[in-house]
Amino acid sequence: MTIDIIISFLMILMIIAAIVAVEMKDLLSSVVGIGAVGVILALVFLLLQAPDLAIVQLVVEILALIILIRATVTRDSVYYRRREIFVKTVTLIGVIIFLISLYSIIKLLPPFGEPKLKVASYYITEGQGIKNAISETGAANIVASVILDYRAYDTLGEATVLFTAVLGVLAVMRKIGRKKDETKK
Amino acid sequence: MKQKNNNPGMTLIVKTVTRLTVGLIMLYGLYITFHGHLTPGGGFAGGVILALSFIHLILAFGRDFVIKKFSEKVAGIFESIGAFLFLTIAVSGFLAGYFFMNIYGKGTPFKLFSAGIILPCNLSIMLKVGFGLFSAFLVLILFTSTNSKE
Repeated sequence: MTIDIIISFLMILMIIAAIVAVEMKDLLSSVVGIGAVGVILALVFLLLQAPDLAIVQLVVEILALIILIRATVTRDSVYYRRREIFVKTVTLIGVIIFLISLYSIIKLLPPFGEPKLKVASYYITEGQGIKNAISETGAANIVASVILDYRAYDTLGEATVLFTAVLGVLAVMRKIGRKKDETKK
Repeated sequence: MKQKNNNPGMTLIVKTVTRLTVGLIMLYGLYITFHGHLTPGGGFAGGVILALSFIHLILAFGRDFVIKKFSEKVAGIFESIGAFLFLTIAVSGFLAGYFFMNIYGKGTPFKLFSAGIILPCNLSIMLKVGFGLFSAFLVLILFTSTNSKE
C-alpha cells in the first residue's frame, strides 16, 4: 500500500507542476514546469512496473524540452529575481523527494545478474500445455515480443504516423519556394 | 561578426565535455536498441537517444559543424532506408505464410541473436525514429535561424 501513497503524492506534485506551467509569466519557467510533469510521469510509470514506457517517456520528454527551450529562449527575454533562500529550500525538498522515490524504486529492481524481468514473470512461467511468449517468439522481453511480433501491425501504423509527421515538418519548413532571395547563394 | 550570426556554439568547457560524452550516449542508444528483446527499451527509445546525441552535438558545436557531416537530406535518406527495411521484413513473411510472420530462426532465449524478426525490426525502427527526429530538429533550427537573420 505504500506504493499507492507514493503514486498519489507524485500525482499531486504533477498537478502542482502543471498549474505552475500554466500560470507562470516567464516562458522558460513554464517549460521547466512541463519538464517536471514529464519526469514525474516517468517515475510513476516505473512505480507501476512499466520500464519500457518509462524509458520512452523520459527520452521523448528530453527531446521535447530541448525543442521548446530552443523555441522560447530566443523569443523571450529571461529575467532573474534574487530569491536565493527560497530557491535553495525548494531544491533541497525536491532532492529529498527524489531520493525517497528512488529508494522505493531500487527496491523493486530484480537482483544483479537475474535476466528475467519481473514484469514478464507471468508470461515466463510455463503452465501445463500453455505456450508462453518465450517459446513462441524467443524474445526475453515480453513487451518487445508483443509490439514486434503479436501486434506488429500496430507498430507499422505507429511508424507510418511518425513518418508522416516528419514529412509534414520537412514540407512546411522547406527552403525551396519560401522566398526568392533566400534560396540563391 | 560572422561567427556571432552563425551560431558558434557554447563555451570551451561544454565542448570538451561533449567531445567526451557524445560517443557514450550514441553507444547507449545502440545498446538499448540491440537489447530491445532482452531488456526494457527497444527501437523507439534507442532511436530517440541516437537523435539526442546528434542534437547534443548541434547545441554544443553549432549547427554548421553538424550540417557539414550530416545534412538534412542525408538524414532523410537514412530515415527512408529504415522505413523501407521495416516494410521489407514485413513482406518477407509472405515467403512462409503471412504478413509479419516470424520466419527467421528463434534461437535460444536470453541470447543476443534470438527472437527472429524482432532484432532487425528494432534496428529499422531505430534508423527511422532517430534520423526522422534529427532531421525534424535540424529543419526547425534552420527555419528559426533564417528567420532571425532578417
